[in-house]
Amino acid sequence: MTIILLIIFLGAAGSLLIPRQLDRHKGILLSLLPLTAFVFYLIKGYHMKQVGPEITSIAWLPQLGLNITWLFDGVSLLFLFLVSGIGVLILIYSNSYMKHDEGRHRFYFFILLFMGAMLGLVLSGNLLVMFLFWELTSFTSYFLISFKHEYDKARQAAMQSLLITVMGGLALFAGILLLGQMGGTYELAELVEKGHLIRFHPHYFPALLLILAGVVTKSAQFPFHFWLPGAMQAPSPVSAYLHSATMVKAGIFLLARMSPIMGGTPEWKILVSLIGGLTMFVGAYLAITQTDLKAILAYTTISALGTLVLLFGIDTQLSVKAALIFLIVHAFYKASLFMVAGMIDHKTGTRDINLLGGLRRLMPKTTVVTVLALLSMAGLPPLLGFIGKELIYEAKIQTPGIASVVLILGVASNVFMVWVSAMFGYRTFFGKLGTTPKVANEKGWELLFGPSVLAFGSLALGLFTNSLGQLIELALSTVRAQPLHVEIHLWHGFNQVFLLSVITVAAGVFLFSIRQKLLPVLAKINSRFFAYRFADLFNRLLDNFVKFSKNKTAVIQHGYHRFYLMTILVVATAFVWFQIYVTRGWDIQYDFSPIPFYVLVLTLIMIFSALTAAFAQNRLTAIISMGVIGFGIALIYLFYGAVDLAITQILAETLTVVLFVLVIQKMPRYAKFSSRKSRVRDAIIALSSGSFVTILVLNALQIDYNDPISDFFIKNSLPGGFGENVVNVILVDFRALDTLGEITVLSVAALGVYTLIKMNKVRK
Amino acid sequence: MMIALPILFPLFMAVLLLMNRSHNYQKVVGIAGSLFTFGIALALFVTVQRCGIQVLQAGGWEAPYGITLVVDKLSALMLLISGFIGVAVAVYAASFVPSALISGRFYLFFHSLMMGVNGAFITGDVFNLYVWFEVMLMSSFVLITLGSKRIQLKGGIKYLSMNLLASLFFLAGIGLLYGKTGTLNMAHLADILRNDSHPLLMNTSAMLFFVGFGIKAAVFPFFFWLPSSYYTPPVAITAFFAALLTKVGVYAMIRFFTLFFVQDPIFWHNLLLAIAGLTMLIGGMAAASQYEIRQILSFHIISQIGYMIFGLGVFTPLAIAGAVYFMIHNMLAKTNTFLIAGLIHRMRGTYQLKSMGGLYKSYPLLAVLFLIPAFALAGVPPLPGFFGKLFLIKAGFEAGRFLVSGVAVVTGILTLFSMIKIWNEAFFKQSPTEIHEECQHEKLRFAELLPSIMLASGTLALGLGAGYLYDFFIEMGEQLLDSTQYINLVLNK
Repeated sequence: MTIILLIIFLGAAGSLLIPRQLDRHKGILLSLLPLTAFVFYLIKGYHMKQVGPEITSIAWLPQLGLNITWLFDGVSLLFLFLVSGIGVLILIYSNSYMKHDEGRHRFYFFILLFMGAMLGLVLSGNLLVMFLFWELTSFTSYFLISFKHEYDKARQAAMQSLLITVMGGLALFAGILLLGQMGGTYELAELVEKGHLIRFHPHYFPALLLILAGVVTKSAQFPFHFWLPGAMQAPSPVSAYLHSATMVKAGIFLLARMSPIMGGTPEWKILVSLIGGLTMFVGAYLAITQTDLKAILAYTTISALGTLVLLFGIDTQLSVKAALIFLIVHAFYKASLFMVAGMIDHKTGTRDINLLGGLRRLMPKTTVVTVLALLSMAGLPPLLGFIGKELIYEAKIQTPGIASVVLILGVASNVFMVWVSAMFGYRTFFGKLGTTPKVANEKGWELLFGPSVLAFGSLALGLFTNSLGQLIELALSTVRAQPLHVEIHLWHGFNQVFLLSVITVAAGVFLFSIRQKLLPVLAKINSRFFAYRFADLFNRLLDNFVKFSKNKTAVIQHGYHRFYLMTILVVATAFVWFQIYVTRGWDIQYDFSPIPFYVLVLTLIMIFSALTAAFAQNRLTAIISMGVIGFGIALIYLFYGAVDLAITQILAETLTVVLFVLVIQKMPRYAKFSSRKSRVRDAIIALSSGSFVTILVLNALQIDYNDPISDFFIKNSLPGGFGENVVNVILVDFRALDTLGEITVLSVAALGVYTLIKMNKVRK
Repeated sequence: MMIALPILFPLFMAVLLLMNRSHNYQKVVGIAGSLFTFGIALALFVTVQRCGIQVLQAGGWEAPYGITLVVDKLSALMLLISGFIGVAVAVYAASFVPSALISGRFYLFFHSLMMGVNGAFITGDVFNLYVWFEVMLMSSFVLITLGSKRIQLKGGIKYLSMNLLASLFFLAGIGLLYGKTGTLNMAHLADILRNDSHPLLMNTSAMLFFVGFGIKAAVFPFFFWLPSSYYTPPVAITAFFAALLTKVGVYAMIRFFTLFFVQDPIFWHNLLLAIAGLTMLIGGMAAASQYEIRQILSFHIISQIGYMIFGLGVFTPLAIAGAVYFMIHNMLAKTNTFLIAGLIHRMRGTYQLKSMGGLYKSYPLLAVLFLIPAFALAGVPPLPGFFGKLFLIKAGFEAGRFLVSGVAVVTGILTLFSMIKIWNEAFFKQSPTEIHEECQHEKLRFAELLPSIMLASGTLALGLGAGYLYDFFIEMGEQLLDSTQYINLVLNK
């Protein structure tokens, strides 16, 4: 398993090294990679029925439950076939389609990278590893959608799809973590066994919502469907591969994986089928009014994805079986149609059905292939699409509880599908020859190879259903977590379901025939009810968010320095006061009696100076008052015998005052800038922060955990440090490292000032 | 003795750089010095891995009386990574810092900053930490204003005054703490306080430290200095700051709140988580709204700091390990994005996203180099941002901290948006018609890309090797949460 994945990933890197001479065959050469994978899975899968599922595990971060586990079972086999098989066809198709594109090397690199990621995703047996690949597919999709990155539209669509899928991805990530916490493991095989535990866990519902968010965004479910039509900016092979056949099915894959773990609850049934049903109908309805071939296909894809989700939501054995079959059906006809649409675009220069028409004369082979695929999409016998649709109807009829609603929505959607199929085929290939920018031809077998294989495959599988039955049996048994037997028949006899089919086709054809009258009405309805295109809405939301953030940022980061300082002070003061309030039980001793008279007078002088400084009318007074405070502190040091400190303080204070006085001369005249109001505000802030310091200091005096280390210094100064002056010994011996640091600070400051002045001189 | 080298060696380099002003001398000595500093850090790291916590009683005075230097797993790791980034920035600066500034002794201040940072990482003494903070502050202030452009001085003043406020709180905290406990040694403090019967008594002092470190670490609502100043100096300097300055604040917070401020966990952890959530979200929103690369990245630093505080607030071994892992990842990736912003500036002559473009077409290698750190920051698996978030959010869920974990998840999308915005505008968009003539650099030289390549390899190794590194980080988290070993070693019990 690992080796095959490695081959693909290395192939992606290696694709950049293919010599120029082989450039013309690059796509075909590279298609050997998925072909190898396909054959490998075919051989392995052939024995699966006897051998059973295979689990291999490589430890990566086992402490957190992150192992690279490959779970090779029925469900993964089904997806592996689709991813590798269609991958082969897409690469062959690209060989011709991308031939003249300058960025084709990048294209091949990313599409192979995607292929590896997708194969890894469907093989993952560990949810964290699955998430890894899940994200990787989102990002490769981003690079492929933005392939023509110089166009604003492509960039925007790519970003939109990335943001939406990653948003869902992050929700999924949270959901996976919750799920892992509930089940105690991220291994799928183990989680399945703990399903009952998870379903009754109080975190079940949030986890379900988070995981569904991942599904809904990835599989383009309403109301997140809009990124998918946007993704049509990608080259057609990408649309065919990622955005119809494989990547968008990752959400469906996840549902299939989650169904045995989280499924079966009322929450699951209601939520999942509600989302699916809505999407199915909205997608089909919106498809009718499109005129761009790729847009039509995109909306029908949305509808099909909705159908699949709905079927998993109905959550009966029959519905899951129908879902698994429809998955294949859809991948076949949709990839085929996308390739055809790309081919028409390539050959005629347009994808607008209003310009196209009558191509059957210029492209006869293409016409046959397309009609086959369209018949499958419309669900007509004897194609695979017919089986799919019949089974879906059967499942819907037997829906417990809400059968009628589901059925009405289902029939309506299918009617639209028939209509769209008819329109797609008729407007492109029949009628009058349109006036297109280029005159079409059918040259290049690579372009038609893929669509033909898939279209005729639909036919063949519709007629010979045995091999398909076995594959579905394996997958179904996995999803339902019990051994089941599946047989598929093309013909179910004349019953209720067949009647519904007939009605559907008849209604579809009828609506198509009166479309001239109907379409203007629909256009009117659309302009009233669907006036807001979701994609634009999303963009506007994003713009508004950015604007909102910008405003808020401007409020916070406003640029006024003093308000920054004020904010910090106010918040800090509030925090500290809060703590003082919490610890208020510790009362403070207001016992000032032992304070000597000198100190008391000194303190009073200092307080007076502080007030003078605050109310000073000119700078000089303020500075001198501040100086008085400094000298007062020096005197207090002196009083307590710290001669060195006092000297230092006096020196520093003198220098400061002198410097200040020198500087003021250069400054403009003193003026009152602040209003009375702001002065009051400042006074309050100053008082409240000053007072908390006072309280804390008084508080600290009361608390004594331990004898201070200074006792040790006093005792050891002479015997250990050979100095009588304790302060000196502390500075140069006990705590010499501090001094070294402070010396560095001063030197750096001095050098900095020197450099600053010097640079200014140089400039002048 | 080796333990003191991370401090002494950069000092020695600074003295060497004082000797000669010549351009080449400065460059050669500056880069060689950074290499040696990294070598020392590496040797220390290996020693700690082999022999456990290393302790040095400076001057031979036993703890708690002298100053103790301690290198445990966290310190060793921080030394290692900052040394590594130091090398990258030193090399980068050689071609990106204007030559006038190089002769203006850029490398001297570079090494003195390194000295302060290393000192902060290895000191086991509260006041000594303050001294290293001052060394850092002075060196970084000189670096911000180096070249003395008007805008730099303006940013520098804001930077200086807000950080001085932080120092003030820090110093007040030390004074009170000393008043209460009579000691400055961290291990001794821890020893005294862990048997404390009055859990609330320390809260006021702790609050002063919290504010001081909060300003340094640029958490909400104290972060204003960072966006005001980071975009002003030459980008090599900003890149260096992005790696180190705020992270030292976070480091100090982790150290203090795991080692000795552990008496009142309910209040502190809730406060930390609230601050973390706001920091993540507001930083992320602000980053998303900017259109100047350096501003995007600056605000984004703040957002990422929130994740680290988040880990500290959850306070389990996994969460602490996640916080540190995330910090390391951020140091590597964020520095790298700044370096690349500098490269972009060289190509296009601007930092404004709106007037640049076409870089993908012209410089695909640069594009790849940008994507690695950008995606790493956005948390794309299997890059380290993903694992960091995995550790943190998993730990948050396990501790039942759903709200703030949710914020951490949501912030991820904001980061992605910011990064994709840079990518779209600078790389994918069509190049605007006029590019300044003098900026039309024909080719990027290897020496200019080398630092980026170094850091990107670091990022890749951190992500892809997460499985191997996990045990180390968890052991570190356990070492931090169980301080007995640390205390006993320092106090020689």
